[in-house]
Amino acid sequence: MTSELIVFLVLSLVAISSALGMAFSRNAIYSALFLVLNFVTVAVFYLLLGAPLIAMSQITVYAGAIMVLFLFVIMLLGAENLAPLPQAMPWQRPLAFILAVTLVVESIYLIFARAQLDTVITAPDAAANSMESLREMAMTLFNQFLLPFEITSILLLVAMVGAIVLTNREKRKARA
Amino acid sequence: MDWTFWLEWVIKGFVLCLILLVGFAYLTWYERRALARMQVRVGPNRAGYQGLLQPIADAVKLIFKEELTPTHVYKVVFILAPILTVVPSLVLAAVIPLGTSFNMFGREITLHVASLNVGVLYLMSIASIAVYGIVLAGWSSNNKYAMLGAVRASAQMISYELSLGLCFAIAVVMGNSLNLIEIVEAQKDMWFAVLQPVGAFIFLIVTLAEVNRAPFDMPEAEQELTAGYHSEYSGMKFALFFMAEYQKMIVISMIAATLFFGGYREIWFLKDTFLSVDAIWTIGTWQFQAWFLGPIYLLLKVIVLLFGMIWIRATWPRIRYDRLMAFGWKVLLPLSFITAFITAVGILLAQEFDNQLYMYSIPVFSIISALIAVVFIYRDLRRKSHGRI
Repeated sequence: MTSELIVFLVLSLVAISSALGMAFSRNAIYSALFLVLNFVTVAVFYLLLGAPLIAMSQITVYAGAIMVLFLFVIMLLGAENLAPLPQAMPWQRPLAFILAVTLVVESIYLIFARAQLDTVITAPDAAANSMESLREMAMTLFNQFLLPFEITSILLLVAMVGAIVLTNREKRKARA
Repeated sequence: MDWTFWLEWVIKGFVLCLILLVGFAYLTWYERRALARMQVRVGPNRAGYQGLLQPIADAVKLIFKEELTPTHVYKVVFILAPILTVVPSLVLAAVIPLGTSFNMFGREITLHVASLNVGVLYLMSIASIAVYGIVLAGWSSNNKYAMLGAVRASAQMISYELSLGLCFAIAVVMGNSLNLIEIVEAQKDMWFAVLQPVGAFIFLIVTLAEVNRAPFDMPEAEQELTAGYHSEYSGMKFALFFMAEYQKMIVISMIAATLFFGGYREIWFLKDTFLSVDAIWTIGTWQFQAWFLGPIYLLLKVIVLLFGMIWIRATWPRIRYDRLMAFGWKVLLPLSFITAFITAVGILLAQEFDNQLYMYSIPVFSIISALIAVVFIYRDLRRKSHGRI
C-alpha cells in the first residue's frame, strides 16, 4: 500500500460524503458549502494525477468564482431554508430513479470493461506541467479548437448581454 | 525523500507563519503610530520603548476577553468562518520567494517554502477562496448588518478579482513564467513596474479592494453597518478577523513586490555592484554569498508598500458603493484589458523585430490609455455634480 493509495482512499471518502451531504442537506447554504468541499477534493485528485494547472483552474473557477456567486444569490434571496415544495411533477421522482440506476449500471460496466484492458494511465512528467504545458494548451485551444472556443465565448457574451437587458428593463419600469 | 527534507519543510513553514504573526502584531503598532503622526497625535507610546510592547498587551487583552456566542447564530459556520478567513492569508505566502538560497549543514536551503510551477495560479486560487470566510461570517451571524457587510464584501471582491487576474497575467507574460522565482529573476535588468507602470498601479488599487482596506472598506463601514461582517464576533474570534486582514495586507504587499517591484532582488542599477544578491562578499579570507540581502530588500519594499496603504487610509474618505462598483467594472476592468493587450503586443514586437526598444512602447501607450481613463472619470464626475445624479 503506497502513500498515494492511502491519500486517494481518504480523498474519495471525503468526495463521496461531501457529494451526499450536498444532496441531502436541508439548508441550501450547507449544500453549497458541501459542493465547495467536493470541488476542492476533486482539485486535489487532479494534483495527484500530476495536473496542477487543471487543479488550480478548478479551484479558481468553480470554488472561487461560481460557488461564491451561488452563495451570494442564495443569501440575497434568503432562500436558504425553503420548505419542501409540493410535488409539481409527479412523474419526476420515478424518472429520476430510473435514470440514476441507468447511470450507475453504465459506469460500473465501464469500469469493469476498462479493467480488462491492459492500458495504464500514467501521469505526465513534471516538465509537462510548467509554462510549456500552458503554451501547448493555448496552441491547441486557439488552433485546433478555435471554432468551439469562439462559439463558447459568444454564448457567454449573449448571456451577459441578456442579463444586462433584463435588469435594464426592470429599472426603467421602477422609474416610471 | 528522507526525513531531513520533511524537517526542512516543517521548519520553513513554521518560520514563515512566525514571520507573518509577528509582522501582523507590529503592523498594527506601525499603523497606529503612523496614523497618529499624520493626524498630529502621539499614538500608543506607553507600553515599552515607543510603545513597542503594545501589540503584546493587546493580544493578552483579547485572549482574556469573554467570548460571546449569540443564541441565534448558525453555530458550526459561525466558528468555522474566522478559521476560513485566517488560513488563506497564511498559506498564500508559501509560494513567495523571500530570497535566493544558502548552504547550511551541507545542504542548500532555499528561502521559499514551495517552488510551484503554477505559483501565480496558486495565488489566484487561494485569493479567490479567501472570500468564503467573510461571506460565511456575515451569513451565520444572523444579523442584518453583518449580512449586508458580507454581501458587499463578496460583490466587491468578485468584481475586483477580474482586474487582479489580468494584472497577474501581465506579470506572467512579462516574466514568461508562472513560477514566482523566475518572475523575480526576469526583473534583474528592469522592474516590471517601470516597464508597465499602469499595470502595477492597477494592481495596487485592486489589492486595496481585495483586502477591504480604506477607501474600499465598505464591508465594515462603521457608520452604516456597525462593524459589518464581524459585528457579532468578540474576543479571540474577532482577533482572528483582525489578524487575517493585516496578514493579507502583508502578503499582498509581498506579492506586489514580487510581481512588479523586483521581489527579493536589488534595484536594477545595483545589479553588478556588491549590493546585489548574487554578489560574493569577502571579509579577510572569509568568502560568502550575500544571500541575506534578499529578505532585507523584500522587507524594505513591503514596508514602503504598507506605508502607502496606511497613508491612503489616513488621506482618503470612503468611496460611495455605486461608484466603487462603477469604478471596478467601467474603469479598472477595461483599462486592465487594454494594458494587458499593450503589454502582449509590445513583447511580441520586441521578439519579432529582435529589438528591445519596442519594449518601451509598453509604458508609453499604457500611460496614454491611463490618462484617457482619468480624463473620462473627471468629465463624468463633473457632469454628475452639475446635473442630476
